[in-house]
Amino acid sequence: MIQKQINQKAWFMVLPVFLLVAFSAVIPLMTVVNYSFQDTFGSNKFFWVGMDWFRDLMHSERFHDAFLRQIAFSSIILAIEIPLGIAIALAMPKKGWGVPVCLISMSLPLLIPWNVVGTIWQIFGRVDIGLLGHTLASLGIDYNYTQDPIAAWLTIIAMDVWHWTSLVVLLSYAGLCSIPDAYYQAAKIDGASRISVFRYIQLPKMQGVLLIAVLLRFMDSFMIYTEPFVITGGGPGNSTTFMSIDLVKMAIGQFDLGPAAAMSLVYFLIILLLSWVFYTVMSNVGEESSKGGA
Amino acid sequence: MAHITLKDIAHSYTGASDNPDDYALKKLNLTWRDGGAYALLGPSGCGKTTLLNIISGLLTPTKGQVLFNDEDVTRLPTEQRNIAQIFQFPVIYDTMTVFQNLAFPLKNRGRTQVEIEPRVIELAKMLGLENDLYTKAQHLTADAKQKISLGRGLIRQSVNAILFDEPLTVIDPQLKWELRSQLKYLHKQFGFTMIYVTHDQTEALTFADEVIVMYEGEIVQVGTPEALFERPEHTFVGYFIGSPGMNITPCELKGDRIFIEGHEITLETHYKEQLASAKIEVGIRPEYLSLAQPQDKGLPVNIIKIDDIGRHKIARVALNDSVFHVVMPEMSGMTGDKASLVFDTAHTNIYVNDHLIAGEKP
Amino acid sequence: MRWKWLIPAIYIFFLLLPIYWLVNMSLKTNDEILSMFTLWPQNLTFDNYKVIFTDASWYSGYINSMIYVSINVVISVCFALPAAYAFSRYSFVGDKHLFFWLLTNRMAPPAVFALPFFQLYSSIGLFDTHIAVALAHCLFNLPLAVWILEGFMSGIPKEIDETAFVDGYSWPRFFVKIFIPNIASGIGVTAFFCFMFSWVELLLARTLTAVNAKPISAIMTRTVSASGLDWGVLAAAGVLTIVPGALVIWFVRNHIAKGFALGRV
Repeated sequence: MIQKQINQKAWFMVLPVFLLVAFSAVIPLMTVVNYSFQDTFGSNKFFWVGMDWFRDLMHSERFHDAFLRQIAFSSIILAIEIPLGIAIALAMPKKGWGVPVCLISMSLPLLIPWNVVGTIWQIFGRVDIGLLGHTLASLGIDYNYTQDPIAAWLTIIAMDVWHWTSLVVLLSYAGLCSIPDAYYQAAKIDGASRISVFRYIQLPKMQGVLLIAVLLRFMDSFMIYTEPFVITGGGPGNSTTFMSIDLVKMAIGQFDLGPAAAMSLVYFLIILLLSWVFYTVMSNVGEESSKGGA
Repeated sequence: MAHITLKDIAHSYTGASDNPDDYALKKLNLTWRDGGAYALLGPSGCGKTTLLNIISGLLTPTKGQVLFNDEDVTRLPTEQRNIAQIFQFPVIYDTMTVFQNLAFPLKNRGRTQVEIEPRVIELAKMLGLENDLYTKAQHLTADAKQKISLGRGLIRQSVNAILFDEPLTVIDPQLKWELRSQLKYLHKQFGFTMIYVTHDQTEALTFADEVIVMYEGEIVQVGTPEALFERPEHTFVGYFIGSPGMNITPCELKGDRIFIEGHEITLETHYKEQLASAKIEVGIRPEYLSLAQPQDKGLPVNIIKIDDIGRHKIARVALNDSVFHVVMPEMSGMTGDKASLVFDTAHTNIYVNDHLIAGEKP
Repeated sequence: MRWKWLIPAIYIFFLLLPIYWLVNMSLKTNDEILSMFTLWPQNLTFDNYKVIFTDASWYSGYINSMIYVSINVVISVCFALPAAYAFSRYSFVGDKHLFFWLLTNRMAPPAVFALPFFQLYSSIGLFDTHIAVALAHCLFNLPLAVWILEGFMSGIPKEIDETAFVDGYSWPRFFVKIFIPNIASGIGVTAFFCFMFSWVELLLARTLTAVNAKPISAIMTRTVSASGLDWGVLAAAGVLTIVPGALVIWFVRNHIAKGFALGRV
């Protein structure tokens, strides 16, 4: 670790970043906070209503539903993408021509604009013009994501797995590559089984990258907007209306500033809280292995 | 325990080839006695780790055979060769306690808890780890972790050989001595065949009964530490061993006399006439040189520098282009910048084309 | 396990399948798409691509996206460099808190900012400009850039800085001539991620633009809601948005693994 010298003048170097992010973050947030405590009769006249919007929000069934849908979605996503990503990283070659082929082709879905991801799957899942939809229909399966909530969920989940698992793969792969050969050699000498090697060497050494992967996937899946919006628009009905979609509908669609602002704050706080929980749990597990030096 | 034979081993990292330069290990033959303590000594890149990995099975040699107790194990995978290898940095299982770490090799081979527990406790006592048995291994210091690595190697009673690949690299200097002593003690206790790879001559010379010096993929000399010190068979060995190394300087050879920059020294042995094209050098260790007053008999030299090492001094002297290092006792009254260099002819060696030649006593 | 390679192979096949389908569709005429179901175009046509390259309402979208993404990458990297250096080399009042606060911005749901940004940028007259989107994206790209760069910089020993100062380098000269070349791969990784997150973001980009700076992502979603869907052109537009990303990967392919391993991860 670098010995840092104390230097208050370093603030000048940080100032540009601080100002820009403050401008981008603090001012809008202040506006949001402002709105969350006020109501309007129109023509920009606001009056104070205190905690009313928050009370309404807590009792709002619409909010509860969106929240539960979101939790369910993020849990399923994490449960699929993390193990799958690790499994694929374990199976990837460490050297040879296979390495760049794997890395390049796996990076591709990560660089597609999110609306195009949505469009790709919107088309892919259609029974008339999409490969997936058409194949399922010709197999006799009744699949229609615009009308069947289950089909809609499955399509969105498949889309997210397709879109983001590569991030977990790449991070896990980087973590795996940093394990020195000597550990594998020692395990061979100790007669360890493949499972033991994974459990006692690979998994512990990947903790750092896995923490990042879990945090990133959790946060991004909790904030998901564009892809489901493009595929199903939140439907059929409300079945795929996740929290962001619900919020934007309220804020920009209906211009319900008060309730939208209240929901924004609660939304943000929920993410912060859950991220903090994840971070603490995983780095406590990780703390154990980083104390005591290399 | 096993005695290990390496027969006609050669290795090239690029596969079998006709170009001798591709070979990291040139053809060699070696036998390791059962229960011996050996050191593989040489500078970085000389092939010692390659050789070690061939013995342990982590590398299959391009040519040649590896025999354990006369049984060909060249194609046998590492886990079946029953060897233990300790690496440069501690290799431990982070999530396990010290106890579990030590027990791991036994567990994998199907031993029961009843068999494992007493052995682990006994070994831990020998290594000085008995107080930390139930601590998570990653919380210990680097030398404790290396001890755990060592312990995992020793825990199996049927181990054929223990291979060390520069194991003290990450250890603090003051602890190196302690660990080295512990290794020697364990060797006496268990009698395993131990092969210790290092580039540090102090480690090699204190640990081993027999030292194998390697240079650029070849074995240059095999011998006891004394033999390597007194009669290095190759100028490289002379230069590499000893601190500072042997003084080697060109000379002319005529029978029992040598001429260094025209100055004559009479030797105790008589040497045969050499080819005119041969490179003839004289080698003498700084410990066998001494300085006398300028008017005394010896080579006239200029004193360039005297370093005080504490227990002795090292003088750097020069005779025109030839430079010598001389070990001088602490109290020596050398003033001025000229002296006479005196050779102890009983310990003077002659090298032709880098190889030691023997003479006959007249 | 000799069949281990099967796992990444199947996964890559799964990844490429929808993309192949999109490319397939972009090379068919609308009639063919709606009337038949074929695995490759019966009547191969490049008309869809022609439309995009000739119709200003399409290609302007790409240009707009490229503009604001480039602005964003430049701003993010330039602002982040001194800040990351400060975090890496110095400790100062509130440094840990500041660092953490920066990271929390990455956690903010863009949805929360959609409305406030809309009002903010309208009020300062920057609505529907490239710079507005570039600045808006700084919200999550700047913290990320600082985070990644700080990781790389911490890997460079402080001795290099001190040696340079002893040798008489002024700070700016040291930074440009010595420090930056050392973290070149770090800057590459940072630029890559900033590009990636800005290029793919839709919500804020769409909210803050109307006509002049409308990104391609907004144009495509507009097409979807219009009646008489032109699937072929839509598919072609989609394929074209993948191209810059693919190019970026191609150019940094040697650094991807190295960058991941060396940096924060």
